[in-house]
Amino acid sequence: MHNENQPLIFEMSKAGRVGYSLPELDVPEVDVASILPQPLIRQVDVELPEVAELDIMRHYTALSRRNHGVDSGFYPLGSCTMKYNPKINEAVARFPGFARVHPLQDESTVQGALEVAYDLQEHLAEITGMPAVTLQPAAGAHGEWTALMMIRAFHEANGDTERTKVLVPDSAHGTNPASATVAGFDTVTVKSNDNGLVDLEDLRSKVGSDTAALMLTNPNTLGLFEEDILEMAEIVHGVGGKLYYDGANLNAVMSKARPGDMGFDAVHLNLHKTFTGPHGGGGPGSGPVGVTEELAAFMPKPIIAKKEDRYVLDYDVPQSIGRVKPYYGNFGIYLRAYTYIRTMGPDGLKAVTEYAVLNANYMMRRLEPYFDLPYTQHCKHEFVLSGRRQKKLGVRTLDMAKRLLDFGYHPPTIYFPLNVEEGMMIEPTETESKETLDAFIEAMIQIAKEVEENPEIVQEAPHTTVIGRLDETKAARKPVLRYTKEA
Amino acid sequence: MKHRYLPMTEQDQKDMLNVIGVSSIEELFSAIPEKVRFTGEYNIKQAKSETSLLKELSRLAAKNVNAQDYASFLGAGVYDHYKPIIVDHVISRSEFYTAYTPYQPEISQGELQAIFEFQTMICELTGMDVANSSMYDGGTSLAEAGTLAAGYTRRKKLLVSSTVHPESQAVVQSYANGQSIETVTIPNTDGVTDIEKLTELIDDQTAAVLVQYPNFYGQVEDLQKMSEIAHANGALFVVSANPLALGVLTPPGALGADITVGDAQPFGIAESFGGPHCGYFAVSKKLMRKVPGRLVGETTDDQGRRGYVLTLQAREQHIRRDKATSNICSNQALTALAASVAMTALGKKGIKEIAYQNIAKTAYARQAFEQAGFKVKFGPAHFNEIVIDCKAPIKEVNKHLLGSGIIGGYDLGLVDEKLANHALIAVTEQRTKEEIDALVQELEAFHA
Repeated sequence: MHNENQPLIFEMSKAGRVGYSLPELDVPEVDVASILPQPLIRQVDVELPEVAELDIMRHYTALSRRNHGVDSGFYPLGSCTMKYNPKINEAVARFPGFARVHPLQDESTVQGALEVAYDLQEHLAEITGMPAVTLQPAAGAHGEWTALMMIRAFHEANGDTERTKVLVPDSAHGTNPASATVAGFDTVTVKSNDNGLVDLEDLRSKVGSDTAALMLTNPNTLGLFEEDILEMAEIVHGVGGKLYYDGANLNAVMSKARPGDMGFDAVHLNLHKTFTGPHGGGGPGSGPVGVTEELAAFMPKPIIAKKEDRYVLDYDVPQSIGRVKPYYGNFGIYLRAYTYIRTMGPDGLKAVTEYAVLNANYMMRRLEPYFDLPYTQHCKHEFVLSGRRQKKLGVRTLDMAKRLLDFGYHPPTIYFPLNVEEGMMIEPTETESKETLDAFIEAMIQIAKEVEENPEIVQEAPHTTVIGRLDETKAARKPVLRYTKEA
Repeated sequence: MKHRYLPMTEQDQKDMLNVIGVSSIEELFSAIPEKVRFTGEYNIKQAKSETSLLKELSRLAAKNVNAQDYASFLGAGVYDHYKPIIVDHVISRSEFYTAYTPYQPEISQGELQAIFEFQTMICELTGMDVANSSMYDGGTSLAEAGTLAAGYTRRKKLLVSSTVHPESQAVVQSYANGQSIETVTIPNTDGVTDIEKLTELIDDQTAAVLVQYPNFYGQVEDLQKMSEIAHANGALFVVSANPLALGVLTPPGALGADITVGDAQPFGIAESFGGPHCGYFAVSKKLMRKVPGRLVGETTDDQGRRGYVLTLQAREQHIRRDKATSNICSNQALTALAASVAMTALGKKGIKEIAYQNIAKTAYARQAFEQAGFKVKFGPAHFNEIVIDCKAPIKEVNKHLLGSGIIGGYDLGLVDEKLANHALIAVTEQRTKEEIDALVQELEAFHA
């Protein structure tokens, strides 16, 4: 990595430099004051930097060298599915016939784009086992909220207005309870049992006539398949509630089990995880939702449909929850996902899941002697270690994560899920070779030894990064959220 | 199975199964009950090679009319603007696009600093104190501004101007439904928010007044007056602004906005059939701890060196769960990066010049339409969009224009019956005098 501190682009600014080339002004000049009222004409300059083109490129190149991506090295960040991002996807998303298409053009001029969307819906319907799919949600959390709004509309349409509660296991992603709140529900937490699975007794005691839905990730965030899924479905359906599938971990079960066949009523997918979005440094994502026939009437509009040999935007959805996003979702991202699915085909997707699960189990078994493993059954695509043993020696999971940086790795997800003490959630994905896994395992084993023999080296890590541990308390106490020019 | 994305060999697989202590991969799936097991293969299209898939998808792409091959006068929220060539070079660097959210700051300083710079640029443009790292898009940003206002004021009513983009209005409505917030539409006269009606509708239950700047009909509205009315009633004033227009327009922050949101798509982000674009979200200082989404802040490391981290995370879903200010998790980091590069390239001088060119070229178009006998509806205060009475159904007009290599304007009859036969014409700096003349001539030819 690049070791020089990189100045802010504003600090590189010098009056008189430009980095742009605008089209020629080939119409007569106008007096803006003759068009706009004086109070609405800007008086103060916008202090954007004044930099020449090469300086801009060098700046962002320097920043990129201070950033770790999947292409830089192994990135076993649990629950995030940091797999390889295929380059063909990037090429396709940049075709002018996709990138330069306006969403409000006449339907007849966007048949190719609509065909991609429609065919992707069909593919996702088959993959999830849900008959109807909308591509409108922009991300996973957005999909969760969209589906919950549909479930709410369904209950209300049945005159069932007392269903105010959404059940969420304690191991769930934070977005689940947050989405439930934003959709107007109260959240009830369901406990996990000693095997890391939903406690059926606790679930039974918490469902009732006020249950709107249970949100479930399967396999759950411990990487464990909820074996009692059919019983859970029966319990929730039995009281008139709906079953919601958080698709964050779909990479673990493609071609092995479909949410639709497990009894789920609604599903969201994270196309930027399982289907190589990419992650973009935090987004944009894409979070399609699949639902059963009975919920389909409440889908966001428009619905992308096929009528004879034409693709159409159908706004005639009387019970729709409305729009959740302008236009038709993050087309550029789901186009990449479509390209990926078409690259893999049915046997490819099956192999994806098999290798993802093989890799995770291999790592888990090799690391088991060195770290606590709270749940010992076969995992799916990820597993969670506990740093309890190391904590007793004065080294926290955070320290071990920072030490991994010295080896050139992105650390696992840490302190999640909440039901594992000092948790380290590791998800290798299927695109990593055995050599990469072995090298990472060796680094983990070395760190475990360091904790016993030379804990300071771990406690004081990282040693080789461009910057040391940052003072987060200071950042939060006196927030500096923008650059201000020194007077 | 052999695939270029799957490096495992048969020997690897054998060795790994040995370590695990199972004889087949299938055993690893034994926890899945027989009853829900999917057996066989998905009934989806078979895999294609790189070459044949590229061929197929480029044929599909060719079925779409696009702004590279046609002169586009279609705007209505998504615009064809100058996109500096360097934008794509920067966002194609895979250290950026293959990274996750910067949870490990020591190896994510590049992304964090880029976001910090983005936040600064948005503050500069909008005249607001604090901007976040981005939102899904302008529509959902506006909706989140509405729910933030309701939470902050503990009031349950939003007044939304009818001159806000109709699709954004619809999104605001959906979000409001989720939290049982009432939305009331403020009517418009002559293409601008009806101030008298606003005065009548506002009351002590109003959480916020939501307007757009320039508005959906291209008109630049008098924000000052509306912000005074909002504040006099204890409501927040929320402005959805086209950030590129702010190169020439007084920033909402200087006109009383409490929250300014919008979409940074005009800065180097492809139309991409409607997404991904890049919402932005900026607030006055008092609302800093209510902001949805990620915020990047400056701090120092253990040796006193300057660095950047995600901060004020106590607002967010992964910490606060059901008590979070929003359920948003991802942002639009990559498109925000694109916008940052475009804003940097434009710089202090270019932002003024590009905004001015939009006004000048639109003024030219306005004059050309009037000279040709077409009525231009609404007042003179425009940025880069005007409403033209095309005297015929827009669908037919646009079909004719397409034959001459022109993507026509938005059919306003789709949102307001009274505006049938009226098109919303966008004229950005990208349109040449020749193209504008051709548009007017083709419209005349259509009627000839």
